[in-house]
Amino acid sequence: MGYSFEACRDAVRAGDAGMDVQRHDIVIVGGGCAGLRAAIAVLHQNPAASVALVSKVYPMRSHTVSAEGGAAAVARDDDSIEMHGYDTVKGSDFLGDQDVIQYFVEQAPAELAQLERWGCPFSRNEDGSVATRAFGGMTTKRTWYATDKIGFHMLHALFQTSMQYENIVRLDEHFVTKLLVDGGRCGGVVALDLRSGEMKAVLGRAVILCTGGAGKIWPFTTNGNIKTGDGMALAYREGAPLKDMEFVQYHPTGLPGTGILITEATRGEGGYLLNTEGERFLLTRDYGVGAKAELGPRDMISRAIMLEVRAGRGISVPGKIGEYAHLDLRHLGEEIIDGRLPFVRELARSYAGVDPVREPIPVRPVLHYMMGGVDVDIEGRTCIEGLYAAGETACVSLNGANRLGSNSLTECLVFGARAGVHAVGFAREGGAGDAAEPQLLEQCSAEAARIEALRGSKRGDETLAGLREALNLTMEEGTGVYREQSAMARTVSAVAELRKRYQNLHLLDSSRVFNTELTEALELGNLIEVAETVAVAAKARKESRGAHACEDFPTRDDQNFLHHSLVHRTPEGPPRFDTKAVTLGTWEPEERKY
Amino acid sequence: MAEQKKTLVVTRFDPDRDQTPTTREYEIPVEADWKVLDALNYIKAQVDPTLSHRWSCRMAVCGSCGMNVNGEPKLTCKQPLSAYGERVEVAPLANFPVIRDLVVEMDGFMERLKQVKPWIIEAKEEAKREGTNRQSHAELMDFKQFSMCINCMLCYAACPVVANEPDYLGPAALALGHRYNQDTRDHGGVERNQILRDDGGVFSCSYANECSEVCPKGVDPAGAIQQAKLNNVLDWAKRFVVPRRKPRAPTAAAQSDEPGRG
Repeated sequence: MGYSFEACRDAVRAGDAGMDVQRHDIVIVGGGCAGLRAAIAVLHQNPAASVALVSKVYPMRSHTVSAEGGAAAVARDDDSIEMHGYDTVKGSDFLGDQDVIQYFVEQAPAELAQLERWGCPFSRNEDGSVATRAFGGMTTKRTWYATDKIGFHMLHALFQTSMQYENIVRLDEHFVTKLLVDGGRCGGVVALDLRSGEMKAVLGRAVILCTGGAGKIWPFTTNGNIKTGDGMALAYREGAPLKDMEFVQYHPTGLPGTGILITEATRGEGGYLLNTEGERFLLTRDYGVGAKAELGPRDMISRAIMLEVRAGRGISVPGKIGEYAHLDLRHLGEEIIDGRLPFVRELARSYAGVDPVREPIPVRPVLHYMMGGVDVDIEGRTCIEGLYAAGETACVSLNGANRLGSNSLTECLVFGARAGVHAVGFAREGGAGDAAEPQLLEQCSAEAARIEALRGSKRGDETLAGLREALNLTMEEGTGVYREQSAMARTVSAVAELRKRYQNLHLLDSSRVFNTELTEALELGNLIEVAETVAVAAKARKESRGAHACEDFPTRDDQNFLHHSLVHRTPEGPPRFDTKAVTLGTWEPEERKY
Repeated sequence: MAEQKKTLVVTRFDPDRDQTPTTREYEIPVEADWKVLDALNYIKAQVDPTLSHRWSCRMAVCGSCGMNVNGEPKLTCKQPLSAYGERVEVAPLANFPVIRDLVVEMDGFMERLKQVKPWIIEAKEEAKREGTNRQSHAELMDFKQFSMCINCMLCYAACPVVANEPDYLGPAALALGHRYNQDTRDHGGVERNQILRDDGGVFSCSYANECSEVCPKGVDPAGAIQQAKLNNVLDWAKRFVVPRRKPRAPTAAAQSDEPGRG
C-alpha cells in the first residue's frame, strides 16, 4: 500500500485549496453497522491499510442503534440456507436478485457468529447456545436477538471492537458535502468539520458510502433525525443512479404521534393485532398472510391495518392524528415481556403512556426503511470507479420490493464486509484518485466556496421548517402505504417545485462553530434530491408489487414490470428514468400468498 | 382547553462572538405529552434557528441529547416537560467544555472509553476459530446490565470526582471495562485490571453514587465500580494461588428449541 499511517496522520496543508488535506487508502462515510463492519474488514484484509471513518455523528449515535428485534441467519437444525433464500426471494416479491440473495444467506451465519465472538450480548437458550426468535415472513426461528435491542448492542460491539485498530482514523462529526470524482473515478470526499466549521479534503483510493436511509423524507417515521439520505444524494449528484427507490417499507407498528418503533419481535413472541372490535383481523379476514397471521411480511400487514382503518374498524387515540390498531401483548404475561421485550415496555410507557402488561399498545404503519438506494453490484461497486456503497444506502437488490424483518442488520454485516474487502483490493492495485489530485483539490475549493455562500445566506424567504413540512406532506400524500397515479403525479411536480424553492432559503445563522442550521440546510437538500427519485420511480411503476401498492394497478405485472427501476440525475430538468433486469435463477416468480 | 405556555431558559454560547455563556428566554406553546427535547426542537424550527443542540433517535437509545435541565443531567428526549413548572432551565452538561450552546466537547470521554480496552480480548488459541461461544443465561447476566450504557454522559455530568480529578476515567468507561472483564468470552481481565486499578481508575471513585442515580438506562456504574474494586483486590491475591480458567469449547449456534431468555 502506498500511504503509510504516519503520512496519513500528518495532514498537510494544500496551498491551492487552503484547507486540511488527509490521505488514506479507504474512506468510509458513515459509522453505523455497515461502515464499521467495512472498516474492520479492510484491516483484516490488509492490516497496513489506512482507513478514514467519516461520520456526521459519533459512531455510537448512528441509527443502527435503534434496531430492536434481531438479525437473521440460519442457526437451527430445522432450518436451511435454501429456506432462508426462498423466504427472502418471496418476501421481495421476486424483485430481489437471486445471486445476491444466495450469497447473503450463505454468509449470514458466519457474520453473526463473528459478531458473537466480538462480544455482542446475544440472548441465550438454556444450553448456552445463541437463541433465535420468529420473525415476519421467515419460515422458522432464525432471528438472533439481544432481548429487543439488537441494533444498540451490535453497534456498540462493533464500535468498541473497532477502537483497537489504530489504523482507523475517525473523523467524528464531519459532514461530507461532496464526493470528489474526476474522470469517472472517485478519489475522496470533502467534509465540513462541524466543530470548527472548516472544510477538509479526505482523499482515498476508494470511498465506501454507508450512511443509511432517508426516512426523514416522510413526516411519520421510525427514523432518527440524522436519516437524511446523505450518501444516496452524494452518489446521485455524481452520476450514480438510484435503484428501486419506489419501494419504501412501512413498518406495521409505530407509536402514535412520534412514530417510535415497536419491534416486530412483539409479534414474533406471540403478540396479536386487534381492531376496534377486538378481532384478530389478520386471522379472521383474508389479507394474504394465511396462517402466518401476525407473522406475515411487513408490506401485507401494513396494508391490512390501513384497510381495517378504512373499513371503520380503526382505533382513535385522543390528541393524535389518524387511526390505529391495537398491538396486544397482555397474554404473554409480565415475565415474558420483561424477559424478552423490556425496551418495548419502556418505550410504550414513556412515549405512549401505556403499560403493555396491562393494556394494548396503539400502533399504525410508519415509514421505516428504504429497499432502494445507490445501485451497486454484489461487490458493493457503483458505476463510478472507486465508489462503493453498503447497507441501507445501497441497493444491492437483496430486498427487492419488500425487505423481511431482521435481514437488514445482517445485510449491513455481509455487504459491508464484502465492500470493504473489495475496496481494499482495488486500492492495492492503485485505486482511483492518485493522478487526479490537483483536480480533486480544485473541486474542494469550489465546494468550500459553495458551503461558505450557503452559511447564513439570505437568498429569499423560504424557511427550513416550511420547506421540510411541505416535503413531508407531499411525500406522505404521494408515497404512502397505498398510492394513486394522480397523487403521485402531484407529488412529482411538488418536489420539483421544492427543488426550486430550496434555492431561496433564508438562513439566520452565520457563525462557523457547530452551525446546525447549515447542516440542516444541507440535509434538506439531500432529502429533496432523494425524495424526487422516490416519487419519479413510484409514478413509473404501474403495477402493485411488494411495498408498492398502486390503487390504479392493484396486481403484480411480471410481463411489464419484473425489472428494477433506475433513476439518473440530469444537470437541468427532471430525472431520467431507466430499468434494469432482475437476476432470477433458482426460483421462478409465482403468486405471493402465505 | 387553553393553550399552555412555558418559558425555556436556554444557555447560549457562540465562541466566535461570546466571551462567556449567556441565557436566552423563549416563551413557547407546549403540548401535554412533550419531552424537553420537543420544546427545544420547537424553538429551533419555529423561533430561533441559531440554537444548536444534538439529538437524533428521540427514543432514549442513541445517547445524543443529554443536557442539564434545571440543574440535573437528563436525557432530554425521555424527560417529560410536564415534570417542570413554568420556567425550565436548559444548559449544557456540566463537567464538559462547551463547544457551542448546548453542545459539549466529547474528546476526553471518547479517549477514556478507548483506554479501558472495550473489546473482547481472546485467548491466543481461540483467535482464529469459527462458530459461537456458549454462555449461560447466568453468565450473560453477570455483565448484561453493564453493557446497556448509551454513552449519554449524564454520569460524567453528575460525578463529583470527574469534576475534581482530570485524569479520572469516570463512571461509564470504568463500567464498560468491568463489563468486558465479567464476560466469559473475554480473556483480557489481567491487562484490563491494570488499567482499572491504575491512577484515575476505580480506586478514585468516592462512591457518591450520583452516576447510578442519574443513569437513564439503569446501568449502575457505581455498582460496577465497587465490583471492579473487589475483583481487583481478589485478582491481585488470586494470581498467586489459582490457575486461570480454561476457555470453553466453541459450539454451533442455537441448536436447541428451548426458549431464549434476556
